[in-house]
Amino acid sequence: MNKEIYNKYIIRLADDALILGQRLSEWCGHGPILEEDIALANISLDYIGQATNLFKQASVADELGRDEDALALARMESEYNNALLLELPNGDYAFTIARQYYYTSFYLLFLERLKQSSDSFLAGFAEKSIKEVRYHVQHAGDWMLRMGDGTEESHTRIQEALHQLWPYLGELFEMDDVERATVEEGYGVDRSLLLDEWKMKLSDLLSEATLTLPESAWHHTGGRHGRHTEQMGFLLAEMQFLQRAYPGAKW
Amino acid sequence: MWTVLRIWDLMREVRDPEIPALNVVEMGIVREVVHDNSTWHIIITPTYSGCPAMKTIEDDIASVLSNNGIGDFRIFTVLSPAWTTDWMTDEAREKLRLEGIAPPQKGSADKGLLMGRVRDVKCPRCGSHSTVMISQFGSTACKSLYRCESCAEPFDYFKCI
Repeated sequence: MNKEIYNKYIIRLADDALILGQRLSEWCGHGPILEEDIALANISLDYIGQATNLFKQASVADELGRDEDALALARMESEYNNALLLELPNGDYAFTIARQYYYTSFYLLFLERLKQSSDSFLAGFAEKSIKEVRYHVQHAGDWMLRMGDGTEESHTRIQEALHQLWPYLGELFEMDDVERATVEEGYGVDRSLLLDEWKMKLSDLLSEATLTLPESAWHHTGGRHGRHTEQMGFLLAEMQFLQRAYPGAKW
Repeated sequence: MWTVLRIWDLMREVRDPEIPALNVVEMGIVREVVHDNSTWHIIITPTYSGCPAMKTIEDDIASVLSNNGIGDFRIFTVLSPAWTTDWMTDEAREKLRLEGIAPPQKGSADKGLLMGRVRDVKCPRCGSHSTVMISQFGSTACKSLYRCESCAEPFDYFKCI
């Protein structure tokens, strides 16, 4: 197995979980109602926990000898490989929920394939995470129905969010040299094969929620190679502040 | 002389910091105790990936071992097989109920239960079946928030995973 590619793959998965976890944590204390505040904090914690598990694994073969904290909190912006979708600011609650539904419904399909990975760590990671992500999909799905089939205001907002986020979805299904190599070696997931099933499930839910599936085929890209939106720097500034100001600080 | 069984007994002294009524063996968090080359290996698994209690549990296991004069040990975390509420014993479920936490339903492999179609959560205080879910996510990642329609008390439900 090519260790460098394996580690790159783990870092991509870890960055997706970490950056989404960071964004969701920003709702803590700002949720529209108490129950939702708690729900998003819980979901955020799941993603940060998943990221920790992945960073620990990446640290085993890290050529610079970094531990999971250094990998999570002491890299430069261009070294983060998360999908751009996950770094976008939270927007209003409809925007956050639309992203949650888009992403978690994709991620669940992805994990179900990853569970078949020939790599025992990745298979175990997927098996564990699936149990958590099922709850996330259900949570976001409930709100999609409520907002889509709710008032005129909620319907407009969630439909608008679905349109704004749509051009960021394509990146989740992209295959490049790294992704292809992981599939060839038998431990990675062919993301391009998930698209049809994902779209089918999505359109079922959207029609139930009286919402329309956006159509544009063009999508943003760059996150997997460290090219981020301008929002990423602000996110990192907040997330990394403590470790930058007080390197090695422990809680 | 320490034996595997006696180490398991020591593990039963470690409480779950978030549910002190239960120890980490009853919770199913301690998976294995192995003696290898004069080193004790303690294998643990998290309930949820982000469970903030894991660090405390690891520290507590380490101090119970040290306090009993065992210096040569290592604690490993494994993710697979993934923790499931099915590992909780009937005794542990009863202890949860006495703490005011409705125990998880059995058969977490049932997708219907996982997808939230929990039909029958009994109020841990009055035993009524007339309860409603307030939120899928409660005071910790492993619990949902419910309310009893009979005695009007809110309570935690330990959800199935």
